[in-house]
This record gives sequence, C-alpha cells and structure tokens, in this order.
Amino acid sequence: MVTVVADWLGALFLVAGALLALAAGIGVLRFPDVLDRMHAATKPQSLGVLLVLTGVALRLRSPSDLGMVALVAIFQLATAPVAAQMIGRAAYRSGRVDRDLLVVDELADR
Amino acid sequence: MTGEEPPVGRVRSRVGRWRDQAAALGWLVLIWNLLWGDFSWGNLLGGLLAGMAVLVFFPLPPVTFAGRVRPRALLALAGRFVAELVVASVHVAAVAVRPGFVPRSAVIGVPLRVRTDLNLALTAELVSLVPGTLILEVDREAAILYLHVLDVRGPQGLADNRQRVLDIERRIVRAIGSADELRRVHSDPVEKENTS
Repeated sequence: MVTVVADWLGALFLVAGALLALAAGIGVLRFPDVLDRMHAATKPQSLGVLLVLTGVALRLRSPSDLGMVALVAIFQLATAPVAAQMIGRAAYRSGRVDRDLLVVDELADR
Repeated sequence: MTGEEPPVGRVRSRVGRWRDQAAALGWLVLIWNLLWGDFSWGNLLGGLLAGMAVLVFFPLPPVTFAGRVRPRALLALAGRFVAELVVASVHVAAVAVRPGFVPRSAVIGVPLRVRTDLNLALTAELVSLVPGTLILEVDREAAILYLHVLDVRGPQGLADNRQRVLDIERRIVRAIGSADELRRVHSDPVEKENTS
C-alpha cells in the first residue's frame, strides 16, 4: 500500500518537475534578451530539479540512492547561482542588455 | 571585512580555526561516502585522506561566524524559502508561456545591513535560487547586491523586490546571526539608510 502511494507520488513529482523544465525551455526560446533568458535557464531548474529528484527518491527508496539524490540536490542548489551570476555579470559587462526593456538600471550609475 | 569586530584572542582564534577545519573535514568525509554509495571502513579512510588533501591543497579564506544557530528560525527560513521557490517558479513559468507578453525588467541595487562575507554569500545564494531575481554584481566593500528582476510592474514592484531581498537577509540573520547583527536587521529603515 505504502509503495503504491509512494510510486504515485513519485510519478506526480516527476511530471511536475518535467513541466517546469518545459516551461523553462519555452522561456529560453521566447524571452527577449540574455538576462531574461537566464531566469528561465537557471531558475525553474532549482524547483524542477528538486521535484524530479524527490520523484526519483520516492521511486528508488534505497539508502545509497537516497544519498546520491541528496548530493545531486545539494550540488545543484550550491552551483546554479554561481553559474547564473557569472553569465549574468559577463552579459551585463559586455553590454548585451536591451536597455529598452529595463524599468531602471541602478548599476549604470555606479 | 572584519575590521569592525574586536580582535579575538590568538589562542581562541586558533581553536576556532581548528574547529572549522574539523567540521569541513567531516563534511568532506560524508560527501565522499555518499558518492561511493555506502559507508565502509575503506571509504571512511579514503574520505579522510581525500578530505585532508583537499583542505591542504585548496585552502579557503576563513569564514567569520560570530552568531549561533537557532533551529526554529532556521526552519522558518527553510519553510519560507520553499514557499517563495514554488510561487516564483510558477510566476516565471507563467510569464514564459503567456502568449505575446514581453516582460519588463529592472536592475536594482539593494544594500544589505549586515556586511559579513557569510551573510553576503548566503543572501546572494538564496536570492539567486528564487526565480525572477538574478544576481548581476556583488559589491563586497559596500555590501550591495545588484540584481536583475524579471517582470517588474511600476515603482511598487521595485519596492516589493527590494523588501523581499531584505526579508531574506533578516531571516538568515535570525537563523544564524549574532545578537549585534540581529539588532541591526531589526532597526527601522530610516536609520539603516543613514548608517549604510
């Protein structure tokens, strides 16, 4: 009984995570400039990956797999912001910003 | 960055350094064992060796941690983070799939109230993980985070986003900050403008 519930919950989490990944893919295609695209490329990942990992954990259920899943989650959460910041900073500094889309730019005054 | 803090006794700081190193080694051993998939004496030994090698060959600058961990506030921080993560993920996903919608964005600078490296890094990390906000630049000296915000509407939207970053900072300080840092975070906004 418990395994059935866990299987179904796992499937639900997997589909939800996959849907977020799909939305992220659409966002990368549709957003107008690099910085907007970075939001889609890096962020739905944080929740999407967590959902997929939870789903996987609910399906696998063995201790060594759970350890690996936890590691993947930790490294994903720790590294995604660093990568996003490096790309965002590089994009901003090299002027690949569409200023017409910005409401304010407080970094420009600095 | 630590200039404003009183100098700590040499003996105590050395003890603290050893304690930090031991904690780091503990984490590395744990990660090593998780990577191998099971805990055994061989993995424990290998983890110790690999961990010590990492600590010796890739030393990190010491992190000043003056506060203490408050479990309940830490739980609140985690809970609010997950809630924000869900709300913001749905928001960004909705913006992405809405037909014919071009989002307006903004680059804003948010001065933090607690200027330690640890607070700066943790706040940047959490802000960055929440969709819709992207860290562009970190001014370490002035403790200002410059972030790119997706889909901002009017001055109210800007103010909300500023407040969101400061709220995250306050929750972090509540969870792991020192008493002095807590006071600074809870002081009223006008005063904080003047001091920063």
